[in-house]
Amino acid sequence: MTDTVKNTLLFVVVFTLIIISGFFQGWNNAMFTLNMGIISAIMALGVNLQWGYAGLFNVGIMGFVALGGLAAVLVGMPATPGAFSAGGVGVVLALLLGVGTVVAAAFTYKRMLKGRNRNLVVTVILVFGFFAFRALLDPNVALIEAVNPAATGYLGGLNPYSVETYRENRWIMLIAWPIGGMFAAGAAWLIGKAALGLRSDYLAIATLGIAEIIIAIMKNEDWLSRGVKNVNALPRPVPFEVDLQSSAAFVERAAALGFDPVEGSTIFVKLLYALLFAAVLGILFWLSQRALNSPWGRMLRAIRDNEVAAEAMGKDVTARHLQVFILGSAICGIAGAMMTTLDGQLTPGTYQPLRFTFLIWVMVIVGGSGSNLGSILGGFLIWFLWVQVEPIGLFIMDIITSGMAEDSWLRAHLIDSAAQMRLMTMGVIMILVLRFSPRGLIPEK
Amino acid sequence: MDFLNAIVALANYVLIPGIAYGSQLAIGALGVTLVYGILRFSNFAHGDTMAFGTMIVILVTWWMQGAGISLGPVPTALLALPFGIVGCIVLVLVTDRTVYKFYREQKAKPVILVIVSMGVMFVMNGITRFIIGPDDQSFADGPRFVISARDFKEMTGLEEGLGIRTTQVITVLTAIVVVALLFWFLNKTRAGKSMRAYSDNEDLALLSGINPERVVMMTWIIVATLATIAGTLYGLDKTFKPFTYFQLLLPIFASAVVGGIGNPLGAIAGGFVIAFSEVTITYAWKKILVYVMPESLEPSGLVQLMSTDYKFAVSFVILLIVLLFKPTGLFKGQTI
Repeated sequence: MTDTVKNTLLFVVVFTLIIISGFFQGWNNAMFTLNMGIISAIMALGVNLQWGYAGLFNVGIMGFVALGGLAAVLVGMPATPGAFSAGGVGVVLALLLGVGTVVAAAFTYKRMLKGRNRNLVVTVILVFGFFAFRALLDPNVALIEAVNPAATGYLGGLNPYSVETYRENRWIMLIAWPIGGMFAAGAAWLIGKAALGLRSDYLAIATLGIAEIIIAIMKNEDWLSRGVKNVNALPRPVPFEVDLQSSAAFVERAAALGFDPVEGSTIFVKLLYALLFAAVLGILFWLSQRALNSPWGRMLRAIRDNEVAAEAMGKDVTARHLQVFILGSAICGIAGAMMTTLDGQLTPGTYQPLRFTFLIWVMVIVGGSGSNLGSILGGFLIWFLWVQVEPIGLFIMDIITSGMAEDSWLRAHLIDSAAQMRLMTMGVIMILVLRFSPRGLIPEK
Repeated sequence: MDFLNAIVALANYVLIPGIAYGSQLAIGALGVTLVYGILRFSNFAHGDTMAFGTMIVILVTWWMQGAGISLGPVPTALLALPFGIVGCIVLVLVTDRTVYKFYREQKAKPVILVIVSMGVMFVMNGITRFIIGPDDQSFADGPRFVISARDFKEMTGLEEGLGIRTTQVITVLTAIVVVALLFWFLNKTRAGKSMRAYSDNEDLALLSGINPERVVMMTWIIVATLATIAGTLYGLDKTFKPFTYFQLLLPIFASAVVGGIGNPLGAIAGGFVIAFSEVTITYAWKKILVYVMPESLEPSGLVQLMSTDYKFAVSFVILLIVLLFKPTGLFKGQTI
């Protein structure tokens, strides 16, 4: 069996699984699994770029995904009327002041001679800058958050349409995806500059921290994206179900295929999303493959396999690491923006590291680190399992407990706990793959 | 009088909570640092090891409370602690046998072990959630306060009260005992010395006849003990929730790295550095400033440097500063 046959078979198996789930749980669910599978595959592609190509250990994926989601809001939503005039200028000035303070401190640190004087001056700049920043930021934030707090209370986004008509501007969400990538890239540049020179587990801890901070900012800075109050009703690049249901042509066509209008429209919308997402995945996969097989990709693998030797050959290890770290994070940001578009809302409270960081790692490891095709397969497969473990667990628990009395506490407990089987299953899969097939389902060539 | 009030308020809101939290972090960081020193990887499953041990303590505590066994004024959880420690040791040793041992024999790169520990983290997290559920559990009993704020006010006639919770006193006392025992073990006993030798130079230790598997086993036993104690103290002081324990990973790592990862003394210092920075930066200082500043200069706002939701940011920034300017930590790392 050649590699091509084997890989095709693996993909066929995964898609067959999704189709089987469609027969049992409805096509709507299956389409949702497929769409999230594509998004997961893109995230896995990004992590594979960092880990598989360059051996960079990033456990802050959640943060980059969330930044992508933030971009979707900041691009797709209309500006809140009156919010910018209320405190927008002040907030922008405050942020500039904050950046200026850090730059001034860094500049002073570089220019002054080492010693107590330098430490003193840098500290003074930072402390003074921080208080000035807060003094300028706080009142303006209060002003923005006072603008219709029940519905908006934030600055809004860059959608040029008005508050009533912004959802007609559908294609703006497609612009939001690359911008999500740019947001993530910017954050990655900052983190990379600070932490990439360090040992690999320090980079892990640093990225773990930055992800928590990004989520904390998104939860608490209400002026930016309403925090935990969430931003709802984002525009979307595909038509709305309601519009489809009221279109006679669509109802007729759905009826011809044997769907009632409601089910037909939801599936049609998801199908359109799937096509869009698949196009993005295709482009990113093609680019990644090209990168992997270019001199640049070979140089990265040389660095990964022997950093000292590569450095001796005159390769700039830190710069290459920074590059690939930014690229990989940007891909995660794009996926994050796509996910927020699909959800139609930004909910910072739902970003959890186990789901958005460590699960992606399971995908990359299971799929095969260093192999783009493997990461995509891992993305689909692990996402499918993540969705299906709960109903399967419930099914197994039902069988196990079927002999017990109806009111047995153990039975109730076991059935309640079935939902928690997900994490355990993922952990066991990851440990087993690492132990018995460390190169993954589709190994690197 | 105002000055006294300020001191009391400072103690009540900053010093005492900071010391208690610092002790919990220090014991947690000692576990991380020991794994790093002997097994040479950053153990991402440490937070969930703490959660697992604490879970067993909680279950035994509930059983004892039901059976009417108690320690009087001291929380029953302390009586249940040994059971939790044993349970946690069993889990950790089984994990080591089935998972980590293979990679040790392969001499796998540390980063592979870190990834493996991510898998272990998933499993342990799953087990804990499976058995006790993902929700908040409280298991503290006995009197809540050693001195309550109101009693203190009546006793001293000051405006500010000083409340000392039972759990805070227990935390600090336990921490002192645990740290003293650990250092006695590492520095005075033969087994402890062999651990230090192994950490310092593996090959030399092997040559002098130290059994590496024994050292590793002892390390895991100590780590499980420390993790259970840290988790139980944290749970008594606040509440127990599996996800919170997972999140504790960040401040614990920060403590270990700030102190110099691999160095037990550093872990303790790091724990207090992180705890006090978190508390002081997220505390609203107005209450204290009102007493010490002249009336004309009284602050109008809360004088809170950052909102409490940014406490992770505090540990992170300190971590980053230390890594950038003193990568080996405050104490030189990697020596047990």
